[in-house]
Amino acid sequence: MPIAHTPTAVPVVVDEAKCIADKGCTVCVDVCPLDVLRISDLTGKAYMKYDECWYCMPCETDCPTGAVTVNIPYLLR
Amino acid sequence: MDEIKNGLSEVVCDILVIGGGTAGPMAAYKAKRHSPGARVVLLEKANVKRSGAIAMGMDGLNNAVIPGYATPEQYTKEITIANDGICDQAPVYKYASRCFEIIQELDGFGIKFQKNENGDFDVKKVHHLGSYVLPMPNGDTVKKALYRQLRREKVLISNRYMATRLLTGRDGRIAGAIAVNTRSAEFLVLRAKTVILCAGAAGRLGLPQSGYLWGTYENATNSGDGYAMAYHAGAALANLECYQINPLIKDYNGPACAYVAGPFGAYTTNSEGNRFIECDYWSGQMMQEFYNELQSGKGPVFLKLNHLHSDTIGKIEAVLHQVERPSRGRFHENRGTNYRERMIEMHISEIGFCSGHSASGVYVDEFARTTVPGLYAAGDMASVPHNYMLGAFTNGAVAGEHAAEVAANIDLADYDAADVIREQQRVLAVTRREDGIPPNQLEYKTRRFVNDYLQPPKVTAKMKLGQARFAEIREDMESAMVVRDAHELMRSLEAASILDCAEMAAFASLFRTESRWGLYHHRVEYPEKNDDDWFCHSILRKRDGRMTAEKRPVAPYIVPIDESERSAYDRQRIRQHA
Repeated sequence: MPIAHTPTAVPVVVDEAKCIADKGCTVCVDVCPLDVLRISDLTGKAYMKYDECWYCMPCETDCPTGAVTVNIPYLLR
Repeated sequence: MDEIKNGLSEVVCDILVIGGGTAGPMAAYKAKRHSPGARVVLLEKANVKRSGAIAMGMDGLNNAVIPGYATPEQYTKEITIANDGICDQAPVYKYASRCFEIIQELDGFGIKFQKNENGDFDVKKVHHLGSYVLPMPNGDTVKKALYRQLRREKVLISNRYMATRLLTGRDGRIAGAIAVNTRSAEFLVLRAKTVILCAGAAGRLGLPQSGYLWGTYENATNSGDGYAMAYHAGAALANLECYQINPLIKDYNGPACAYVAGPFGAYTTNSEGNRFIECDYWSGQMMQEFYNELQSGKGPVFLKLNHLHSDTIGKIEAVLHQVERPSRGRFHENRGTNYRERMIEMHISEIGFCSGHSASGVYVDEFARTTVPGLYAAGDMASVPHNYMLGAFTNGAVAGEHAAEVAANIDLADYDAADVIREQQRVLAVTRREDGIPPNQLEYKTRRFVNDYLQPPKVTAKMKLGQARFAEIREDMESAMVVRDAHELMRSLEAASILDCAEMAAFASLFRTESRWGLYHHRVEYPEKNDDDWFCHSILRKRDGRMTAEKRPVAPYIVPIDESERSAYDRQRIRQHA
């Protein structure tokens, strides 16, 4: 069976102006229990790669520059 | 990152702890304190800094047995009654006797517990009979404080490794575990003299009403891997039909929370704003009344705070919006819910296994030993009923000390190298396919059928249909599941754990032909409690490759329960509404 991609609005949003992943920071990626954040090869900034969020907030709480915001996933809102 | 690589290395240690949430760090810490020269490895699927049920801390202790407020005898009695009598009291009594010492130790780590103006612990009453709830003003720092201790004791921490199967020796003793890196798919064989399983609840079993796979009450990482590993290693699992079902904020699926807001004067009501239960403590009997009210013309159910003073509500918000599930403030904000103005709509959670709140767990004795020699279990996945966070810490400590003592006097068990090759083949089969069904679809389907067929009220014909559907999903999983990277590989392994747990839930529920624990095991065709035939544990285990069930007598009580006290938890409904 071929695999398709279904679009979803992801709950974790990163402010690229504040994100310092391009300077080597990986805090949000490290602390996420579900391991859903990655650093983009394209922009050098953190982003939510997998829509598997428990909206638990370590990524936002531990981010040293306040670049990460956790929203409630739309299905629950 | 996430690219699938080949790799297999071996690590040798004395004590292996699987799971770095609550019980695991304490087990590793205590093992190292007991045997400073021992190699103690703490394996974690996520990152120990922020993993498990208390990733964002905890607002308080739900079951603190503090001298002057409660005694181990009282607590043991309360939990025996709350768990409908099916309780081996020795591990509960052991917990109750040791937990105060653990509170003092946590206090020494910098975790503060609320005191009143006299300097005594500020214990609150939430349970039906005794007082055991103790707030934690800086509960958001729990994980940090634990992590500092682990570093200081030089516990070897392996993050982002998911254990997939336990290894046992030819003599039946535990020999270690096999793990896979969740970002590279490289394998690690961990040989150990003793192994402590602390992998948390099976919290991704039922599907939340929202339909969002990750919108679970439990941290969604807790997919029942520990239950599945224990099962495949031949360990006994106890009373799995005693599901975890909790009263939660509808849609958000977080606690509201009666333990925090209750002591300030909040309570559960129906849509008319009237109380209908005597006690908000989470028991199966309370959940049955909650379910009845939801289904009645007086539903839905609410948590009521809007009669309280604005400052009091401010204090409650300061706790609820900072610790454990802090995003709940945002959830309310989106819907314009202010606790001062409006009651909070509640619902019941999806089903799961979790002894932390109910009693479904890997069978353990008062030393946290499972039925497999050298294998221990602690925390939400071990069978000590209603043991919550402090139970995870305390029983983790018990397991760590005993496992270290045993490890000091034995050699490593030999394992069969063919077991490792077979496990690599099982795990990697999903990476060899070009095409097929992704893990999220298999997981969704499993969990939807869990809701359709296993949720109480439990009906025999439905549960049998559920079993047939699960068997079909297993065939699909084994023949067609496909993943594209190491992250999806982790999800495929979790989907397999979830399916194992779904099959165990159906099997255990069919075995016990009576109703017990209120809603948790409400069987429509057997509506009564039947002490003559079922005053016993139900034990599920794998024998010769097949799932089996048997009865096991409840150990004679250490703390006697009077006939008049036995039904205390059955009287939950407020009389005028009955």
